[in-house]
Amino acid sequence: MTTTTRPSLWEYANPVKFMRLTDWLLPLVGWAAAALVLVGLVWGFFFTPDDFRQGSTVKIIFLHVPSALMAINAWIMMLAASLVWLIRRHHVSALAARAAGPVGAVMTLIALFTGAVWGQPMWGTWWAWDPRLTSFLILFLFYLGYIALWSAIEDPDTAADLTAVLCIVGSVFAVLSRYAAIFWNQGLHQGASLSVAPGTRMDWAYKAPLYVAMTGFGLLFLALVLAGTRTEIRARRMSALMTRERMQA
Amino acid sequence: MIALLTRDLRLAIRAGGGFGLGLAFFLILAVLVPLGVGPEGRVLALIAPGILWVGALLACLLSLDRMFALDFEDGSLDLLATAPIPLEGVVAIKALAHWLTTGLPLVLAAPVLGILLNLPGPAYGWLVLSLLLGTPALSVIGAFGAALTVGLKRGGLLMSLLVLPLYVPTLVFGAEAVSRGAQGLPAATPLLLLAGITAGSAALLPFAAAHALRINLR
Repeated sequence: MTTTTRPSLWEYANPVKFMRLTDWLLPLVGWAAAALVLVGLVWGFFFTPDDFRQGSTVKIIFLHVPSALMAINAWIMMLAASLVWLIRRHHVSALAARAAGPVGAVMTLIALFTGAVWGQPMWGTWWAWDPRLTSFLILFLFYLGYIALWSAIEDPDTAADLTAVLCIVGSVFAVLSRYAAIFWNQGLHQGASLSVAPGTRMDWAYKAPLYVAMTGFGLLFLALVLAGTRTEIRARRMSALMTRERMQA
Repeated sequence: MIALLTRDLRLAIRAGGGFGLGLAFFLILAVLVPLGVGPEGRVLALIAPGILWVGALLACLLSLDRMFALDFEDGSLDLLATAPIPLEGVVAIKALAHWLTTGLPLVLAAPVLGILLNLPGPAYGWLVLSLLLGTPALSVIGAFGAALTVGLKRGGLLMSLLVLPLYVPTLVFGAEAVSRGAQGLPAATPLLLLAGITAGSAALLPFAAAHALRINLR
């Protein structure tokens, strides 16, 4: 290993350095996430006016949109981490991808569940085969397959390689499924809640707590992934120690 | 490569079980659905395209796990991996053999089962055409799933979990083409998209599958 004078992100591919960094970073991110999620949700639930048509049901948006956002971003992060693992063989990256899987799956489930709870009074149905809903359900299935493949393979490097390949191929097919679903059925779901395009209809009274909640969910995801990665690194170390002990005995 | 193809075909036909199994499954499904849904022709005609496509998809899935598993167990996959032909080619040939023994019989049997399910007259051409264009994709995607899970003892169930979400676009466009055809609407768009998926997966997925096989053979 050559020593670089310039500090670089790749240094944290070293598990020891990663652990040292996250030793102080994880509590920081964790508490920031807790604070922002709490502020965002309390502000959103109790200190925003009711919508003139949707009443108080509109407030589920403060859970629904951030979790949906993170459900997609978790997959993108998994894809990036898988690519880093396949190209540069950094173990921390593979473990981070593994840690992101269950978090993303739960985020998808939260988005689906809150959507159903909101849809019941608003659309009059818990579930409709709308493109967005369908794509999210399919995304959930992709997460399940990814998690199942990780847990099915014993050898850690083989598991990391195969899940990375699955993640890349799965990403392509997830995008294809999204467009297939749009093609297949016209939607009931409204357009994007937030958009940079002009003519965004959401008032700042809603937007401000929503942004807070979204940032909070992003940090929450980061904290959970960091914690999961640390657990994986420790589990790796444990099994290495146990192997060494068995060799000596 | 031709030798490998004939070997795989011969194995599939002579080893028993694998060859007719998918077809029998397809038939049973087409019999069970009317028994479950009721014999009313209008309802059956409405769901027939979807049922036939889902049936073809599940029948394909049945025989996937033997695509590499037997060769993996007796070591011939190691020989194939070190053979002069590239492993990507081996995957493509094996997917082709799978399609010839599973996909093609399904395509040929589908119109007969269409009669059982009261498929409307104009849809038959679209059914055969869409299955002809779509089932190769099912075989190639399945080859990828089989390559991922080849090292596992009981990989069959896991493979279904991995492969079925990947089948979604193929199913959507295939069934959409047939049901549009059944209603007399222009069905060329989903058919072209289906052909695109088949072409894309046939071109790219052998590389992913070969990579997965190399990892499993390590």
